[in-house]
Amino acid sequence: MIQLRLAWVTLALLLVGAAPTRAERLIASVSNHRVTVTPNYSGEELVLFGSVEKDAQTPPTRTAYDLVVTVRGPRADMVTRRKERKFGIWINTDSRQFLKVPGYLALFANRPFDAMANPEVQRRQQLGLTNVLLTQRVGPDYGDVVPNDAFRSAFVRLQSQHGLYREDTSAVTFLTPTLFRTGIPLPAAVPIGTYEIEIKLLADGAMIAKTETAFEIVKVGFEQFVASSARQNGFVYGLVTTAMALMTGWMASIVFRRD
Amino acid sequence: MQIYLPIADIPVNIFLLLAMGAAVGFVSGMFGIGGGFLMTPLLIFVGITPAVAVASVSSHIAASSFSGALSYWRRRAIDPSLALVLMIGGTLGTALGVATFTLLRSLGQLDLMIALSYVVLLTSVGGVMFWEGLRAMLRARQGAPATVRRPGSHVWVHGLPLKMRFKRSKIYVSVIPVIGIGILIGFLGAVMGIGGGFILVPLLIYLLRVPTSTVIGTSMVLTLATMMIATMLHAMSNHLVDAVLALILMVGGVTGAQFGARAGQMIRGEQLRLLLGLLILAVGIRFAIELVIKPDDLFTIRETEASR
Repeated sequence: MIQLRLAWVTLALLLVGAAPTRAERLIASVSNHRVTVTPNYSGEELVLFGSVEKDAQTPPTRTAYDLVVTVRGPRADMVTRRKERKFGIWINTDSRQFLKVPGYLALFANRPFDAMANPEVQRRQQLGLTNVLLTQRVGPDYGDVVPNDAFRSAFVRLQSQHGLYREDTSAVTFLTPTLFRTGIPLPAAVPIGTYEIEIKLLADGAMIAKTETAFEIVKVGFEQFVASSARQNGFVYGLVTTAMALMTGWMASIVFRRD
Repeated sequence: MQIYLPIADIPVNIFLLLAMGAAVGFVSGMFGIGGGFLMTPLLIFVGITPAVAVASVSSHIAASSFSGALSYWRRRAIDPSLALVLMIGGTLGTALGVATFTLLRSLGQLDLMIALSYVVLLTSVGGVMFWEGLRAMLRARQGAPATVRRPGSHVWVHGLPLKMRFKRSKIYVSVIPVIGIGILIGFLGAVMGIGGGFILVPLLIYLLRVPTSTVIGTSMVLTLATMMIATMLHAMSNHLVDAVLALILMVGGVTGAQFGARAGQMIRGEQLRLLLGLLILAVGIRFAIELVIKPDDLFTIRETEASR
């Protein structure tokens, strides 16, 4: 028992010792933590704002900060297919499966990633769409591939065309040297679920602080009711839809009766 | 005014959907067809995924064929026993079709299959219809009566066993081809999101020699049955029927159909067939072009499984 407690204490000490001494603290909040999808929903823009709090340990020479905001939507398995010409027509031949990739992915920064940090830091901190980890199934293995892989770049490009993946290195603005804001645009065809926001603070080419927050997109009222009953009560949902069809047809034959 | 479709998960202009429903309804009322072959491509065109479009259109066709069937029922223009036998085949075919639909969807070849079946079916049926209409019109212009070609007195169908008498249609045929036709229409309807009226009516006339007095009403009953079953099965197995989308289409569709029916009575029969043939042919050719020319983007993405 005592031995176990000792082990815990040692572990705790180790953890405390391992944690870097933080000189800056990040505080951030998003304008709306719960986006509701109503019948007239057609996209929305959230605002993320926050500040960098310095303390006594902050080197006085440090004046400029870099900030990277990563927004990740609910994860899903996706498949990318490539068409090829076979027998004179274009059909899907090759495909690649992406595992648990975010349905929405946005990276915002205050200046280009290349100006912030060296390629090694960019890769390790997943700065930029080319550096974000997108796990693929490659045969029996899992892993990300090189950024210029045909399927990976096609996947990112198509998601970007739908406004679901985006990268903007001028979206974050510093209102004062320590106060920042950025917009998070959500397209109309946005996936429903929980969105994680990760904010990384960089100075002199290295990450010095990190914080996380989140918001959720939910269907409410009628939309929620229809979507959940379609998924959970397929039989009843089908019956109701069929009854609705019969009612509409019957009403029409009454309203427009000519004999 | 934008409205958010809960299953398709996209916002669409409600007036655009109503207009599409009314336009397709007008055409369907004019020619006495369900109009699914026009509605499904239109929905795909406005950005609804083919799978949701096919599943939702089935309930829309159920509504329009029910209103049509009711008015034919009042005029006693439906053969109940023929409709019943067709429905047995239709049920089988629809179940088979929905299973195929689910399988193709998991293989990633659903869009191709839908496009291919549209090309093959629409260009062939549309082409034959157009040709026949053209010939009839030319005959009419030469002064000869523009009658439909009468089918031969005995085709191979009449040599089959298990014969049954269909009183109201005054025909005596084997149930094998009747059930076969039902299976075919049910299958095509579930996979392609069409009622199949434009294939069913010619089949009933030329193969079974069902008289024109009962052919359209009876085909509407089969369409109604297969589309109701398709709606149920799509709702249960794929969860893809968008009730909101379907309701908007139905309201537009049944209204447009009334005006279409009135317009159709002002046009002569052979001209009507020529027009319908052209329309079907045009849709088929459009799908063919899309398959043959190089697509703008060789890649497509599709969600396989949401991890909620």
